[in-house]
Amino acid sequence: MVADPRPGPLPRETEYRPWLLSAPALALFAAIVVVPLAMTVALSFHDFSTMGGIKPVFILKNWHDLFTDEYFREMFGRTVRIALWVTAICIVVGAPEAYILSRMSARWRGIFLFVILGPLLISVVARTLGWALLFGGATGVVNQALMKLHVIARPLPFMFTETGMVVALAHVLVPFMVLSVWAALQRLDPQVENAALSLGAPHWTVLRRVVLPQAMPGVLSGAILVFSLAASAFATPAIIGGRRLKVASTLAYDEFLNTLNWPLGAAVAVLLLAGLVVVVLGANRWVEKRYAGVFE
Amino acid sequence: MSRNGPVALTFHAAFVTFMVAPIAIVCLVAFTPEGFLSIPTTEWSLRWFRAIARYPEFVEAFWSSLILGAASSVVAIALSVPAALAVSRHRFRGRDAVTALFLSPLMIPHVVLGIAFLRFFTQVGIGGTFTGLLLAHVVIVFPFALRLVLASAVGLDRALENAAISLGADGFTVFRRITLPLILPGVASGWMLAFIQSFDEVTMTVFIATPGASTLPVRMFLYIQDNIDPLVASVSAVVIAITIVFMLLLDRLYGLDRLLSGKGTD
Repeated sequence: MVADPRPGPLPRETEYRPWLLSAPALALFAAIVVVPLAMTVALSFHDFSTMGGIKPVFILKNWHDLFTDEYFREMFGRTVRIALWVTAICIVVGAPEAYILSRMSARWRGIFLFVILGPLLISVVARTLGWALLFGGATGVVNQALMKLHVIARPLPFMFTETGMVVALAHVLVPFMVLSVWAALQRLDPQVENAALSLGAPHWTVLRRVVLPQAMPGVLSGAILVFSLAASAFATPAIIGGRRLKVASTLAYDEFLNTLNWPLGAAVAVLLLAGLVVVVLGANRWVEKRYAGVFE
Repeated sequence: MSRNGPVALTFHAAFVTFMVAPIAIVCLVAFTPEGFLSIPTTEWSLRWFRAIARYPEFVEAFWSSLILGAASSVVAIALSVPAALAVSRHRFRGRDAVTALFLSPLMIPHVVLGIAFLRFFTQVGIGGTFTGLLLAHVVIVFPFALRLVLASAVGLDRALENAAISLGADGFTVFRRITLPLILPGVASGWMLAFIQSFDEVTMTVFIATPGASTLPVRMFLYIQDNIDPLVASVSAVVIAITIVFMLLLDRLYGLDRLLSGKGTD
């Protein structure tokens, strides 16, 4: 390995070196990511019939159906609605929590960061199962307790409802918001807060005029991440929503593994991907322009 | 001492309860002595953990998840070390595009990846095989491995390598004796994070798994779709316990907040 002590561009003759080093990974990604994605886009234009299977022709039938059929519009509407609710809850709950964490002593903060971020690594299936055990019909633990205490007469509806999906997804995704706001707040100099307080600003004003503007980029980038993950989440909506209450990703799953209409399923997936790319890139560009100074 | 007021601390307590409750309930229900879903009140029982052994589908899936996680994370690390060195120490045309491609599995919804893999593997004839699962898992855990190796490669002091070269070491010796030991923390935590990501992955895998080649989360997911009973709670509790062990190791080795600041899962 030739080490180059000088900064700046490398001499020409070593230009092949980075390509050589990344060649194995590049080959894998070209074969297993780029080609399959291109094939999926192509698949979305193919024809399908229950008798003849998939026909490799170029038609716009699937795309036409997606944009005109009321059934699909309802499905994508539900996907966006759920993702927006989840994002809103994560902002309202996650951002204050990140601020509270940032004001804790190092020892407690370490413990609670572990407790709050740790669930990100725990299987989504196990975490969603927990919600089903807490609120799942008459056997749900919370429902049983509340009924025993005569707070409610009938179990709270949770399974197979959009509310249930929103709550469980917010639980799955809120650590990302805490993490994002927490990262933004770490750049905040506590002396600025103290300066504002010593100049006589009430606590609420300090929060609004000093802390919030600093936290905003973190809140926004967290929101973009949470929105895109919520809109494309699969396991949680599938378990809580059951077979009837479908979102885009569970619809694609159904088309692929139950109805076997792969071209239509591929169109749903490509539309989901394209929609997310547009939303995420657009929102990122807006945030970067709005907060150009903060990211430097 | 905390400088948070009582309102803030109440909010904090409620938030932590919200985060922990669903996970705690799974672990509690797993110990029920009853034949139905309930929280053990008077006595604890291991009957549902013993019951796992009578369901070969879970046991098989558990082993195949472990093997798949270990194999895919090893391959991902082996590929990501040279790739991280290429990206971190060379400025070349197309560098940003290469990095974006390597990190793309974090941005592309796993549902979309699952569909793309299913279509592709069926076409090339490796649908429903372990090879297919392995290739797919290498791709989705690669960004996690790359990011951690990259973080340690960027902070590397080049003077140490130059010293070795000036003392006459050849390229491979420099890599083996100097570079690799220096980036080892990143490599080790990258491997562990990659393993957990593979071990927990369900959304992509559910598309390409078959009864012959499946993983534990996929089995659990399909089981829950039909019925929820204490058995699946005890299986989940085992998964949670394994994850927590890895989590503690990673926290010691790297710090969870540093590890996770980036993109996510599901």
